[in-house]
Amino acid sequence: MFAPGNNPGKLQNAGVYGADSVIFDLEDAVAITEKDAARHLVYNAIKSINYPCEVAVRINHIQTPFGRDDLRVVLPAKPDLIRLPKAESAEEIRMIDEIISQAELDNGFEPGSIKIGAAIETAIGLRQAYEIATASKRMTFLAIGGEDFVADLKTSRSKEGRELFVPRSELLLAARAAGIQAIDSVFSDVNDEEGFIEEALMIKGLGFDGKSVINPRQVRLVHKVFEPTEKEIAQAKRILAAYQEALDKKSGVIALDGKMIDGPIVTRAERVLAYAAALKR
Amino acid sequence: MINTAGRVIPDTITGIAKVKPYAGPFAFVPEGRLVGPKIRASKPKSEKLLKSIEQAIDASGLQDGMTISFHHHFRNGDYVLNLVVEAIARKGIKGLTLAPSSLNDINDKIIPFIEQGVIRAIETSGGRGKLGKLMTSGKLDKPVIIRSHGGRARAIECGDLHIDVAFLGAPCCDTYGNINGINGKSACGSMGYAMVDAAYADKVIALTDNLVAHPLHTISIPQTHVDFIVELESIGDPKGIASGALRISRDPRELLIAEYATGVIEYSGYFKDGYSLQLGSGGASLAAAKFIKEKMLAQKITASFGVGGVTAPFVEMLDQGLINTLFDTQDFDIPSIESIKNNPRHQEMSASFYANPHNGGAIVNNLDVVILSATEVDVNFNVNVITDSNGTIMGASGGHCDTAAGAKLAIVVAPLLRGRLPMVLDRVNTIVTPGETVDVIVTERGVAINPLRKDLIANLSGAGLPLMSIEDLKQIAYDLAGASDPIPVSDEVVGVVEYRDGTIIDVIRKPL
Amino acid sequence: MGKLLQPGQAGTIESNDIIVTVAPAAEDGIVIELTSPVIKQYGNRIREVIADTLVSLGVTQAFVQANDKGALDCTIRARVQTAVARALQEGGI
Repeated sequence: MFAPGNNPGKLQNAGVYGADSVIFDLEDAVAITEKDAARHLVYNAIKSINYPCEVAVRINHIQTPFGRDDLRVVLPAKPDLIRLPKAESAEEIRMIDEIISQAELDNGFEPGSIKIGAAIETAIGLRQAYEIATASKRMTFLAIGGEDFVADLKTSRSKEGRELFVPRSELLLAARAAGIQAIDSVFSDVNDEEGFIEEALMIKGLGFDGKSVINPRQVRLVHKVFEPTEKEIAQAKRILAAYQEALDKKSGVIALDGKMIDGPIVTRAERVLAYAAALKR
Repeated sequence: MINTAGRVIPDTITGIAKVKPYAGPFAFVPEGRLVGPKIRASKPKSEKLLKSIEQAIDASGLQDGMTISFHHHFRNGDYVLNLVVEAIARKGIKGLTLAPSSLNDINDKIIPFIEQGVIRAIETSGGRGKLGKLMTSGKLDKPVIIRSHGGRARAIECGDLHIDVAFLGAPCCDTYGNINGINGKSACGSMGYAMVDAAYADKVIALTDNLVAHPLHTISIPQTHVDFIVELESIGDPKGIASGALRISRDPRELLIAEYATGVIEYSGYFKDGYSLQLGSGGASLAAAKFIKEKMLAQKITASFGVGGVTAPFVEMLDQGLINTLFDTQDFDIPSIESIKNNPRHQEMSASFYANPHNGGAIVNNLDVVILSATEVDVNFNVNVITDSNGTIMGASGGHCDTAAGAKLAIVVAPLLRGRLPMVLDRVNTIVTPGETVDVIVTERGVAINPLRKDLIANLSGAGLPLMSIEDLKQIAYDLAGASDPIPVSDEVVGVVEYRDGTIIDVIRKPL
Repeated sequence: MGKLLQPGQAGTIESNDIIVTVAPAAEDGIVIELTSPVIKQYGNRIREVIADTLVSLGVTQAFVQANDKGALDCTIRARVQTAVARALQEGGI
């Protein structure tokens, strides 16, 4: 869930809504004249407040005058992850990686403890998605920035989202090839719950691991969409039980209900149970 | 003396004949009989309609030192209280005790008359704005007496509060004094608070801007209780009396609180077909109404009755058949007024039927679930609704301690911090509702169950709620806000908080 | 450091925020003028946080006007840091 970095009230309450990750935004949410103030607010919030989830900071792009200052001020507070908007090259990631490594050293943080996530928001960025995803061991996810992407494509967003179909798929492919997560874009109409759920179901179907939201009310909706049903959980348990039984008996072929169970099916079952367990938290 | 809520109560207090310390919600056993108004004789062909408020004051026999009362059904749209007090001042009458069912911001206008000595004592449910500050200042002749709605009805009926003259704003009044609240431009719906005053005051003056021919056919206050009638251009501002339908909050914190409160109800063990419910009128309560409705529809649960303070979301549930009947002591918005007017399942009730602890059984005794708000709560589950964190009177006791005592499940909702101020404290400034009657406290950061309620602790453990001890909740608040300095308070008692049974649960001391 | 040359301001009038204006002072020491709805409960603490933050930034001579709307300590620190940084830039506020 995004929270604007220049809003003290929102920063202090951001952890209350059950989001898996809060992203303190120093970029689009903050006017140029307040960029300095926002990074101080974010630094102090992270240092003083105990957030029950992952804390990420969306910095300004590393090639703007603000990006480096953002990192300089915010890293000593030890955010869990730095999110780079409008990523277009592996080089950008490497630059940030270096700065983070130095900060970890200077502050005595465990090396590698601060991660990086990159948002792809342009056609050029998408072309480099795999390179970006593999540019650093810190890379944890690729996200797609829907609004900006669509502008870059020189079209507009539609309900069915056809214009983003290929970018979403390509991003997902790159993320999977690199072994990292894929996160979908924000949905700006906070009052359109139905539309939100439709889009969330669609991207879940595509294989996305999660979705960015801009409003606390949307957090619950994402969890509902991604929550495995009772049936799915029961089935996953049966699959893993059958798999375990076959292993114990050392039998060659594993089957359940007349269907073969192989590696991918077991992995998917484990994923379902892991997700269900995480949601119980 | 120290009462069982742990508060220091002076042995003697000006204006209180015998100081009875609070000893538990049902400890005090009343004795004696109810009182009644002076016997009146009336002749046929008598004319009750008078030409002006001044004439009515004369006819009532009002003298220095007497007690006058008003209802607050018009909230911040009320003209009656201010007009009458001003007229009394012009007549040179002084030293009165003002005993309205409550006071609002609009009543700041009477401050000059208090300062001039027209009014020298106040007994009410609460006060706000500048008047609230004045009530906390100790400038009256005796401490302000704060009573709940049930407590006020009790006091009136047993004679603790003797009303000499009741001035009642009447949205619809016929020429012989039959009154209802549902017709006319100043309609307010239920006249629950006024009904008690009308039955027990020595003299009752009806003030109306909607005089109709005798007889009225829907009667809330009968002609047998009314002595005189005054017709005015306007008794209130309709916009202040009833808002458009109160809308459900969009504030994500309030929604989260409402969601947790709903979860508490759902898993409490009380959420079943035929249960009963009362909701407040605050943002979180209204949002809870929406969530509870969804659960009731999904689980096919109908409430046998609802109690209010009625607002549009509650009326919607009545209309949709989710609630069988509403017992209504006060209507807040236009849909509620329309409903009580047109729907026989929406019933008016007096403040005594609602919450009086010393009668054959008020409706709060039958209540399963109530959601209440708070200005502060403490680690003993005590609740403050009357003073703010500076110790100034700015709220009202209302039906808070009545419903908490009567209901099987009393839930208090509040944000954990208001601004920078923690709402969960070691010790509230003023206790209105004792912790032994409060079951669950719900904030957006955690839910605390009263350790006395082992049954709730068991039922709610699997509900997916952020349960924690009240101490932990307090600690979260203080970790965020930082430790605060205590506010300096003098020894001077400026207010007395009566529990619903007439015992004294706390006093308000003047802030320095 | 120690002395500012021009004033710097940060913060807004929104709830949970504080407007801090840090200006040069004639004499040594930190003078704080504070308004706050929670001045009785947190007045001392707010002043303490402002002063401590200034000292940690090396500022020992300043006149501070603070208009608080219920800001937590972390927000107060941030606003003081920004106000000082702005005061030290060319052009002041």
